[in-house]
Amino acid sequence: MTGVPNQPKSKVRLATVWLDGCSGCHMSLLDTDERLVALAQHVTVVWGPLVDAKVFPENVDVTLVEGAVSSEEDLHRIRLVRSRTRILVTLGDCAVTGNVSAMRNNFGANAVLKRAYLENATLDAQVPRQVVPPLLAIVRPVHEFVPVDVFVPGCPPSADLIFSVLSELLEGKMPNPAAKFG
Amino acid sequence: MSPRAPIRVKTLTIDGREVGAREDQTILEVARENNIFIPTLCNLAGLSNAGACRLCIVEVKGVNKLLPACVTRVAEGMEVTVNSERLAKFRRGILELVFAERNHVCSVCVTNGHCDLQSMALRLGMTHVHFPYQYPRMPVDASHERFVMDHNRCILCARCVRVCDEIEGAHTWDIMSRGVDCRVITDLAQPWGKSESCTGCGKCVQVCPTGALSEKGKSVAEMSKRRQFLPYLTLMREGRR
Repeated sequence: MTGVPNQPKSKVRLATVWLDGCSGCHMSLLDTDERLVALAQHVTVVWGPLVDAKVFPENVDVTLVEGAVSSEEDLHRIRLVRSRTRILVTLGDCAVTGNVSAMRNNFGANAVLKRAYLENATLDAQVPRQVVPPLLAIVRPVHEFVPVDVFVPGCPPSADLIFSVLSELLEGKMPNPAAKFG
Repeated sequence: MSPRAPIRVKTLTIDGREVGAREDQTILEVARENNIFIPTLCNLAGLSNAGACRLCIVEVKGVNKLLPACVTRVAEGMEVTVNSERLAKFRRGILELVFAERNHVCSVCVTNGHCDLQSMALRLGMTHVHFPYQYPRMPVDASHERFVMDHNRCILCARCVRVCDEIEGAHTWDIMSRGVDCRVITDLAQPWGKSESCTGCGKCVQVCPTGALSEKGKSVAEMSKRRQFLPYLTLMREGRR
């Protein structure tokens, strides 16, 4: 995988994806505060939780992925994302290790659905068959489905860590961040 | 004490460096005396060596297989390699297998930030686990009045077994079964709270490298271990002998 080309005029096409995570990693990205303004000089955010596009775009330079793969929708999405991204970065422990999202693996998807939609429902209790995508039997980290280029652990990764990873990517380097899990 | 036999000195090389050692020393001890880092998890000063974690594997010239430095005695003219690409790769692999084997969810663990396994992953540059996670269903034994055993976090280093046997003298802990079924047990696999041999001293909790053994009432990242007592106790006993 080659680095981001050093093209001063064209901005780097950046996407962020939210799979099965708590959005804490996205929050941590926002915690880079005023440095986001500097980043905005160099990147165009082409996809993300707050970008109003219907389909994941083509030719994305860098995609940050938060969350583990836990539903059929996640799986479909991460494959599409991988096919349209040059440098795929797993952001945070859920994407890198499965983390809290994978804790349901011990008792299974059906137990989760039962607890959420039957035991705790007060009116017309039923497991939804539409809108909510079917859950996979086992939640797994992203790299068990598609190749990943950069791993950024942490729950969440600190804003400084995310910023340093993004800065290195923008300089055309491949970061290999030293950070602890958890 | 019986009169000591004369101590013989052996000369060997570690990563090309000539070092001297007593004949009864292990490669790990000699490396540490010379400030050469060899990663370990099951080793703990003051306890016997178990060779359980295999992180301390080294290359010895003329020997076909990798040897655990903590239980390999020095020999005259031995040529030891402790740092190589090959060893780094295997050590990371061993560490990844440890992570894949149980449910080490660092972010919600009582020892997050104080964990030997977590810091070893950082130190050895483990970026992710290449092996598929096993997600075994593991019990948590909270039957003891003051302590909790969480098998999800256990790496089977046997520090608890050794400290209970060698220092406390109770031998409450032991290891049962083999392979993926292997786990630490109290007495004859009875709930910890029902154990008649446990003195409740808590040494096992303090020497445990991970969040497998913790004090009750500790929340995420609150359980840091206090191990100062161990070298002190060992020293006092050796002095008394």
